[in-house]
Amino acid sequence: MMMLPEIGHYALILAMMFALALAVLPMVGYLQRNAILLVTAKPLTYLMATLTCTSFVILAIAFAQDDFSILYVSQHSNSLLPIWYKISAVWGGHEGSLLLWITILCIWAATLAYKSDSLPNSTGPVVLSVLGIVATGFLAFILFTSSPFIRLLPDTPADGVDLNPLLQDIGLIVHPPMLYMGYVGFSVAFAFAIAALITGNLNASWARWARPWTNVSWAFLTLGIALGSWWAYYELGWGGWWFWDPVENASLMPWLAGTALIHSLAVTEKRGVFKSWTVLLAIFTFSLSLLGTFLVRSGVLTSVHAFAADPTRGVFILALLVLIIGSSLLLYALRASQVKSQVSFGLTGRESWLLINNILLTILTLTVLLGTLYPLIFDALNLGKISVGAPYFNAVFSPIALLLIVFMGIAPLSKWHNTKGALLWRASALPAVLAVSLSAFVFTFHSFDWYMWLSFAIALWLFFMCVRDWLDKVLSKRQSIWTRARKLPRHYYGMQLAHLGVAVSLVGVIFVSLNSTEAVVRMAPGERVMVGDYEFEFLGTRHVEGPNYTADTAVINVYQDGQSVAQMLPQKRLYQARRQMMTEAALNPGFTRDLYISLGEPLDNGAWGVRIYIKSFVRWIWLGGILMMAGGLLAAWDKRYRRKTGA
Amino acid sequence: MHPVRKKRIVTISVILVVLATAIGLVMYALSQNINLFYSPTQVEAGEAPQGVTLRAGGMVVENSVERASDSLNVAFLVTDYKHSLRIEYKGILPDLFREGQGIVAQGKLDERGVLIASEVLAKHDEEYMPPEVSAALEQSKAQ
Repeated sequence: MMMLPEIGHYALILAMMFALALAVLPMVGYLQRNAILLVTAKPLTYLMATLTCTSFVILAIAFAQDDFSILYVSQHSNSLLPIWYKISAVWGGHEGSLLLWITILCIWAATLAYKSDSLPNSTGPVVLSVLGIVATGFLAFILFTSSPFIRLLPDTPADGVDLNPLLQDIGLIVHPPMLYMGYVGFSVAFAFAIAALITGNLNASWARWARPWTNVSWAFLTLGIALGSWWAYYELGWGGWWFWDPVENASLMPWLAGTALIHSLAVTEKRGVFKSWTVLLAIFTFSLSLLGTFLVRSGVLTSVHAFAADPTRGVFILALLVLIIGSSLLLYALRASQVKSQVSFGLTGRESWLLINNILLTILTLTVLLGTLYPLIFDALNLGKISVGAPYFNAVFSPIALLLIVFMGIAPLSKWHNTKGALLWRASALPAVLAVSLSAFVFTFHSFDWYMWLSFAIALWLFFMCVRDWLDKVLSKRQSIWTRARKLPRHYYGMQLAHLGVAVSLVGVIFVSLNSTEAVVRMAPGERVMVGDYEFEFLGTRHVEGPNYTADTAVINVYQDGQSVAQMLPQKRLYQARRQMMTEAALNPGFTRDLYISLGEPLDNGAWGVRIYIKSFVRWIWLGGILMMAGGLLAAWDKRYRRKTGA
Repeated sequence: MHPVRKKRIVTISVILVVLATAIGLVMYALSQNINLFYSPTQVEAGEAPQGVTLRAGGMVVENSVERASDSLNVAFLVTDYKHSLRIEYKGILPDLFREGQGIVAQGKLDERGVLIASEVLAKHDEEYMPPEVSAALEQSKAQ
């Protein structure tokens, strides 16, 4: 099938035509009250989605068949590459990862179209039309600046350059799709918000429609970030789990804003307050997703993730960004002033607690945004080239985040409208005392650090408050615990699970920074070294041949109290196609600690530079992320979203 | 005072206090933690302060990498083709560190004008050049 890539390119052009039609026709139909134009929205969405997916599949086939006549394939693949990496190499570079972005947008749009029957007649088409506008912009971006189907004819290379060895990993297979599912999923909440502004239907109903979609995207984004952190942890060979790197921040910002959005959508739906704020937040969340795409794809910031980038592409995304954000905010300014909420709420009502949640999360987002963009601002003002170090983020982020988690414990106990202050005091006294004393007890085994002690107490506090709230709801004289526990709605369990996830992650974060040991040593064969409670014995290296690399594997035996714990085999690989060195760390994971070894450079007499880490509780960080994701999904699958909302 | 107005005042003042605290914290943390980038020429000219964390970088000079035989100490020169700067580092260099490539190091200058690096920046892609380094190279070419 020599013509297949051309068909893929053609499908993409057609997809853009349909996206453009989707952006225009239903919108005109809405403005002119033309029912025929309105009903075009669904078929146009399906056509756009089918064609985009076709083009994506064709690119995957080109990778699988080693079609090196395509420039993109020849730059990111090699005939020796294992097949699963060939497939994931589709999104291993700029062009393909944008194609993944737009494909996922189309999947979201098609799912929304499929479910849109439960929406009122005009809302569904307008929402799809807004997604059509976004899709048109990105499809144009791919077609005009970064088509993955450009051919290298007639000088077809015999073999490809190969995929960057850092990306030849399970991490590349799962991390970008999950992350994009989250990033791009926020476009649905955005589209609902814009549609609400256009139709002027800014009552609570749009919040109810947007909630499950926002929850699901948030869950994907949580998983995507957790996977990225886990990948960086073992693949980069530094044993860190978060580097405050601009690209990581780019995914954290929409997550923070999205977390705020989930909570403010709840208030808008249940109580009809914060209406215009929620709309603004939905716009901001998706804007931050777009900003993230811009930061990653334009290469304007120094980052460990930065790949060689073409500046014209950066300008195009920036223009797209300004256009989408600018017009949304303009629309907001024109329409949102009409919104008035009549409902009032007391200072201790749940509304107030969730207001605090939103304020703190917004501040967190802004501090990350400022730290990330500060080098750009500094450079634009010609003040010199700077970087903002991790200490800035740690100093600013962690106290505000801890404050947020303190409130997280109380808020679920409060009632809508108003809560008696005395009731909250009584409910939180025992958990607070328990948390503080248990944390103090744990720290009698450790060198005392008041900040860590406080952080741990806050994690325990959140845990106790979650448990307390649940017991409060299920304990009763008349019914058994299980009857009542089963009656509690799924969204309640979703919330509890996500909140517990935060506590679990926080414990991981505290202990990994408090209790981890690190040693960078020179080891000759036969040499032993003690790190923490463990003894490491370097036996020497042996040569290994992989499918597309050769490697030196170091054999290291690990003992604890004279007992053998594990044999660990870190590798130093040389990938032939690119002549590139890669460190493959060896891991011995555990529930309370990870052993982590990565090889440095070979030194003389068979000795090697070796990096050894013992990481306490590091798995808990990602375990917490998984709990949060599960919580988000559970809340989205709540029964009340199943009911048809009617026209 | 009208209860609604009172509540509004309380809400707004809480927001203002939290915001002011956050801004104060942010500005303080920012002023403490920005690391300016200097090219070897700027370091040579004495523009870079001693004992302050900063970043410097350029192309790693061929045959300039010296490794100690009994420890993980390593030293090398980076250049912007006008001047060069000696960087000393203890630890394991990133995989893509190679002579003839552009790198960025973070650390403090000592009294000899040598950068004692705490971190040598890794990167993901061979073709990638840190933007600071390419700007520094262009600058030195233009002079």
